[in-house]
Amino acid sequence: MATAEIRHAADEHHGEESFFRKYLWSTDHKMIAMQYLFTGIAMALIGGFFAFVFRMQLAFPGIEVPLYGMVSPAEYNALVTNHGSIMIFWVAMPVLLAAFGNFLIPLMCGCDDMVFPKINRLSYQIFLLSAIVLVVSFFVPGGGFGGAWTAYPPLSSIGDFSLTPLGATLWVVAVALEFVAFLLGGINFITTAMNSRAPGMRLYDIPMAVWMIVIASILFMASVGPLIAGAIMMFFDQQLGTGFFDPSRGGDPVLWQHLFWFFGHPEVYVVLLPALGFVAEIITTFARKKLFAYRTVLYTVFATGILSFTVWAHHQFISGIDPRMAHIFTITTLLISVPIAEMMFVYIATLYRGSITFSTPMLWALAFIGEFIIGGVTGIFLGASGPDIFYHDTYFVLAHFHYTFFPIAIIGAYAGITYWFPKMFGKKLDERLGKIHFWGTIIPFNLIFLPLFVLGQFGQHRRIYSYEAFPELAVGWMQDLRVLATLSLIAMLVFQFVFFWNFIRSLRRGEEAGENPYNANSLEWACPSPPPHGNFAVLPTVYRPPYEYSHPDREQDFWPQWQKD
Amino acid sequence: MRPIATTRSASGMSTGRLAVWWVIGSEIVIFGGLLGSYIMYRLANAQWSEPGFAGSTNPWIGLLNTFVLLTSSLFAVLGHYAAEHEGDGPKAARYLYMTFGGGLVFLLVKTFEWSTEISHGLTITKNTFWSFYYTAAGIHALHVIAGMIIMLFVAHTAKRGLELHRVELIGIYWHFVDIVWIFLFPLLYIAK
Repeated sequence: MATAEIRHAADEHHGEESFFRKYLWSTDHKMIAMQYLFTGIAMALIGGFFAFVFRMQLAFPGIEVPLYGMVSPAEYNALVTNHGSIMIFWVAMPVLLAAFGNFLIPLMCGCDDMVFPKINRLSYQIFLLSAIVLVVSFFVPGGGFGGAWTAYPPLSSIGDFSLTPLGATLWVVAVALEFVAFLLGGINFITTAMNSRAPGMRLYDIPMAVWMIVIASILFMASVGPLIAGAIMMFFDQQLGTGFFDPSRGGDPVLWQHLFWFFGHPEVYVVLLPALGFVAEIITTFARKKLFAYRTVLYTVFATGILSFTVWAHHQFISGIDPRMAHIFTITTLLISVPIAEMMFVYIATLYRGSITFSTPMLWALAFIGEFIIGGVTGIFLGASGPDIFYHDTYFVLAHFHYTFFPIAIIGAYAGITYWFPKMFGKKLDERLGKIHFWGTIIPFNLIFLPLFVLGQFGQHRRIYSYEAFPELAVGWMQDLRVLATLSLIAMLVFQFVFFWNFIRSLRRGEEAGENPYNANSLEWACPSPPPHGNFAVLPTVYRPPYEYSHPDREQDFWPQWQKD
Repeated sequence: MRPIATTRSASGMSTGRLAVWWVIGSEIVIFGGLLGSYIMYRLANAQWSEPGFAGSTNPWIGLLNTFVLLTSSLFAVLGHYAAEHEGDGPKAARYLYMTFGGGLVFLLVKTFEWSTEISHGLTITKNTFWSFYYTAAGIHALHVIAGMIIMLFVAHTAKRGLELHRVELIGIYWHFVDIVWIFLFPLLYIAK
């Protein structure tokens, strides 16, 4: 009771806060989650627009692109580079990890906030600064950095080669700031989940989404350090004239590749795991079934995390590494597909003989499983060093990682947003518009990237401004596939407006969601929607694991974690 | 007002201590990446042990700084003892100021050392050894400075007998900074 009174007082205080304190200087985990979410969506619009511009140039070389104009070769390079950087570092990371981590961890663990609210605020502010630095870099003399999102030296480290001395440095600074922001956020996530769980919540009572975000944060923390060191070395190479990556002065450009991919590969799992966590929550809720093999999933994720640190050099099979070394990395890379395949089987087993509702979040979750399997299977080709020598730097690679990253960053994010929208804003999304948006995204997505697999198979290289200069690639049917991919992209981008329309319309006129619209079990459904400052009127106690659906002894088909009996 | 979340301890370890260990975990990989790169370069370049490379670093100054840092860590331990076992905030603060002084002496010695080296033409762009030398020691020095600033804040509250658990937390961090130097000293100064 005393707790409830304190909460009430805190609410009244919150009501008096100015716009600045409430929206820009807030320490409330839900507000910080919203800041991350909307910053991520804004960056996604920029990244999507970049994709539109360079796809137009590829499909119709030399065209005056609507809303942009003529694309010069240097601008083309800057557009593809920053499309990749934005989508991974400023969309997938903030939305999947930071927005949902901030929103879900305190709610699902049944506490009132993160353990370090001020560090949480600092994390977002540094992240915002990093986004601003990146956007500014597009407008400096020479333009934005154009040396690809992997920033291999010497193209990235020497201004005379990249022709964007200032843009390249701002890119490195922005990425480094972004890493600092997520380290601060990650420490908060891990510590909150370790220490601030509701009374009664044992390790195996933690919802999968929280586990996944925490393990992702640990992976991030353990892998990003060498790249932070690498970013400092890169910065010194660019601005002080050191030669860390310059072979003519005793350096080695391959060192950057090692530092980058030692982070870069675990990074795939850093963004994959939160999405897998959302899918676990959604399919259990909408299949009304217990998650199949909770502990096995957890152990599998641990194994994946550890293995993910041993596969990085599969990105460097043609960088001149020792062929014996390439064999070892081939083996570890093929091994890591085993736990991921197992996860997919576990999810399918969870669905098996469930009582399935095809709601919008469920469609996104099912699409995630289906599309990600395509991405995973094509990865087997690339993980083996032999085929990779053929496929390296072709559109096959590009299509492969878009079949992994698109399900993660876009499908996973839409699954999460549509599933937790009622909790975030207190209103239900419109199901009909949601389904139009779903099909309008999924069908064009496949029509964009399936043709690119074919083009890659026929030797189309990445990072080429115009294929007119390559007679064997400028043939009619290949150009037709490029046009198909571009038109599909435009269709997909147009359908995103359905989502924004649905979002705004539901905020205004949506049906009231109530506390627990899906009859779900985890703790975030115990508090009001949207949760007030301090979240719970009385902080909950946990009595059972989170996936007790359709229990045979009970009349109701769900059994919330917070209900005593 | 602190959230209730901060006061919980489901793992059995205090929240502050847990967080400091995670901070140190993330720092270990940063220094690990840098020093790992340095060691790989060192193994590939036998001439780095000669004068003009590591042969020109001054191990006696390095030794002096090792001694200074280790002594400052001793003060941090004594400060922790005063805060936790005696509950004596002002005494803990006095020890923290002494630790701060140790950090200051370390930085002064470093300034003298670097200005001598730079005046002899051994700058960060001289060759890749010196690039590593200034980068690694420079990042370490930034950690020393950050630790000293935080220490002033902790000492300020500890003096009034408040937040005494923070004395231990800054101490853990300071020991970590110390241990990083214990790796840097042999790698940059002794291995010739």
